[in-house]
Amino acid sequence: MVQDISILVGGKAGDGINSASAVIAQLLNQLGYYTYIYFDYPSLIRGGHNFAIIRGSDTPIGVHKTTVDFVLALNQDTIANHKMRFKETTLTIFNSDVVKAEGQGISVNGVLKTENAPVIMGNSAIIGAFAKAAGIPWDIIIKVFPAYIPKGTEINLRVARRAFDQVTPVYPVESIGSRRLCLITGNEAIGLGLIAGGLSAYVSYPMTPSSSLLHFLAENAQRFGITVVHPENEIAVILMALGFSYAGERVAVGTSGGGFCLMTEGVSLAGMAEIPVVLVVSQRTGPSTGLPTYTAQSDLHFIVNAGQGEFPRFVVAPGDTREAYYWSAVAMDVAWRYQVPAFILADKTLSEGTFSLDPADLPELSLGEPIDWDGKPPYRRYAETGSGVSPLAFPGTNGAVVKVNSYAHDEFGITTEDSGVVTQMTRKRMRKAALLAEAMETFSTVSTDGPANAGTALVCWGSVQGACREVARELGLRLIKPVVLSPFPELLLNRTLQGVRRLIAVEENSTGQLAALLRFHGITVDAMVLHYDGRPITPDILMDRLREVGV
Amino acid sequence: MTGRQLVTSAQNTWCPGCGNFTIQHTLKTVLAGMEQEGTRLDDVVLVSGIGCHAKIADYLNINSFYAIHGRAIPVASGIKLANRELKVICCVGDGDVYAEGLDHLIFAAKRNIDITVIVHDNRVYGLTTGQYTPTSPLGFKGKSTPMGTMEYPLNPLELMLASGATYIARGYTKKMDLLKTLIRGAIDHRGFSFIDVLQICATFLNLTDHYNTHTRDLPAYDRSDALLACEKIREWDYNSGAPIALGLFYQRKAPTFDEQLQHKSLPKTERLLRTREFLATRQ
Repeated sequence: MVQDISILVGGKAGDGINSASAVIAQLLNQLGYYTYIYFDYPSLIRGGHNFAIIRGSDTPIGVHKTTVDFVLALNQDTIANHKMRFKETTLTIFNSDVVKAEGQGISVNGVLKTENAPVIMGNSAIIGAFAKAAGIPWDIIIKVFPAYIPKGTEINLRVARRAFDQVTPVYPVESIGSRRLCLITGNEAIGLGLIAGGLSAYVSYPMTPSSSLLHFLAENAQRFGITVVHPENEIAVILMALGFSYAGERVAVGTSGGGFCLMTEGVSLAGMAEIPVVLVVSQRTGPSTGLPTYTAQSDLHFIVNAGQGEFPRFVVAPGDTREAYYWSAVAMDVAWRYQVPAFILADKTLSEGTFSLDPADLPELSLGEPIDWDGKPPYRRYAETGSGVSPLAFPGTNGAVVKVNSYAHDEFGITTEDSGVVTQMTRKRMRKAALLAEAMETFSTVSTDGPANAGTALVCWGSVQGACREVARELGLRLIKPVVLSPFPELLLNRTLQGVRRLIAVEENSTGQLAALLRFHGITVDAMVLHYDGRPITPDILMDRLREVGV
Repeated sequence: MTGRQLVTSAQNTWCPGCGNFTIQHTLKTVLAGMEQEGTRLDDVVLVSGIGCHAKIADYLNINSFYAIHGRAIPVASGIKLANRELKVICCVGDGDVYAEGLDHLIFAAKRNIDITVIVHDNRVYGLTTGQYTPTSPLGFKGKSTPMGTMEYPLNPLELMLASGATYIARGYTKKMDLLKTLIRGAIDHRGFSFIDVLQICATFLNLTDHYNTHTRDLPAYDRSDALLACEKIREWDYNSGAPIALGLFYQRKAPTFDEQLQHKSLPKTERLLRTREFLATRQ
């Protein structure tokens, strides 16, 4: 029997919906489930309606479902705004002080008053009530609370217990095994991957949905031995990062589309001056300010093409925390081995979604070393080598005069307008592009799922893989997903596409950006399912949309 | 001890009579002096923006980051934060740093990061062939303002004082000894140091006669007194015919951003281990 359970928890901003969802997911984790949390919130600080959908399953998941089994309502909107999420069997647990609903009501105020607890602990009451209704043993709650609610654990537990005792078990969620996975967000996975890749400095200006990466690294700067700087704007961010890199420190920056607009002159500089840098760009709904706290996949062409002139770059779009961790480490490695800008292209769904990560399942990192200068003067920052990659030295090195330059330059880094040297240096940079593309052939730059002999295939990129994977398995379709988007894995894709008679692109944008990129490389898609309301496409919506295109 | 050959073989393309020659020569003299006193010039980095001034990055045989227009200061800040042993000097232009990159100048001063900013202030865009800059006098007729500018120049020293700079000076390319003292003082200063260097543009704004007749040395006063410094700074607003004081206007000691942001770097293997430890807290 398929084990699949979904819980909607909703309330006002400030009700602690995010932390409640983390605790509930951890409860499911302790019962052996793979989990995923979708967090939905408007762009405001207090009030409004926040909700999270926590899903547990016996197979790895990366998306929520439209309908749910439990509704935990801390405000009336949680009932009123989510009519489509209710099934006949859905059980509602609600704060009877402020919500009118069918199901099991508890007076949160009553519980808090009895325990003399502050209003902020109301979410613990709802967690306790849910646990009892779902038949989750009390000792699991005792185990989970201290890690997630380190401040006032005891009083929170008392609040939870009092609510726990007021509810009757209705819908037992069975333990399905002893597997315990790590629950982390996409941004945390990116941060950890960057650190595994040798990150020593992170520079960023706050912008949703990248900000939680800045917060995570700033909070853990001591633990990981890194420097975290938040400068005056994104222009300063990228230029400061290039300063770090020039001086020999492995550095990354993070932003979303709007902030990245300001970074493009710095990206082009990194391309010309051959300075390694990693850029994390997490997409949200555009254009312009758009929907700050909602998702999109509409910056693919922007990232692949940003910056004046031509220069090689690496672009990877991970779809879950496992890929985010692994490819972030690889991106750092690639940036330094080939002295290019390397992009990690995420989106709100990945960045702020919480996924189960199995540490034992992480791919082995086989990272290389950049080529260092042999110490024989004169040092030439842009020395001609067969490969196009010049040995690195950093200021402060004995006998090395390290000159980098945004102008066209000679091997020493001195400005030139000489046609011969300009041609030579352009070819040098383009040789790096070829070398990088060749090196990528040893990586799994395209991931696949579903039956390998299916004639119809879905093609997608990034976090949409969560919905696509479920639907592909259910309908017996092949799923093909390029993970690396620059250099474009044309060879491997063509090999993977053998036997496919019908190819359908699934993307969260309105024009089919991956489909266009595929077309540019000679691969034509037969149909497109495009979804662009800021919310991640769910398996049920995708199923309906595929029917419309004749699947 | 044999000194480093401080000039590269790059062909110099500044106009004859350009003030940049003096700044380059003075910087070269200061660096040679520092080398004689035992400073490793391998530990010096020059960062430039884009404009006539910036060619100095090609001409001086030291570490250099020839950046983009207006952005020398964030690059310099990153270099300093990465390696505090380095002496980081920014050569920037007035259009470069007062227009395109003004935000970075203010924030570097606000942070008191230990870098030196030398502004080649010729009060006109040279390389783009003669447009007004933020320090051009009111009514300046440039190619983009043929009827004359309608905005007053800003007083960069006053701005720097308000922003928190801890070393504020003004030099003039025809007063080389003073300039040398100011540059050396700025490099030795721990914290954000700023020198606005008046230089003429031989082609688009030659103010030699005006500067020669109006400049004078600052009188003695307590250089750490911000109110006195402000008074002296406001004597000339970059527009009037008032006397133009030269010298160090203001200097004070304050904690630097880079010394406060020091991190303990960890070996790669240790970092990897800690990512695993972190993951375990979420299991």
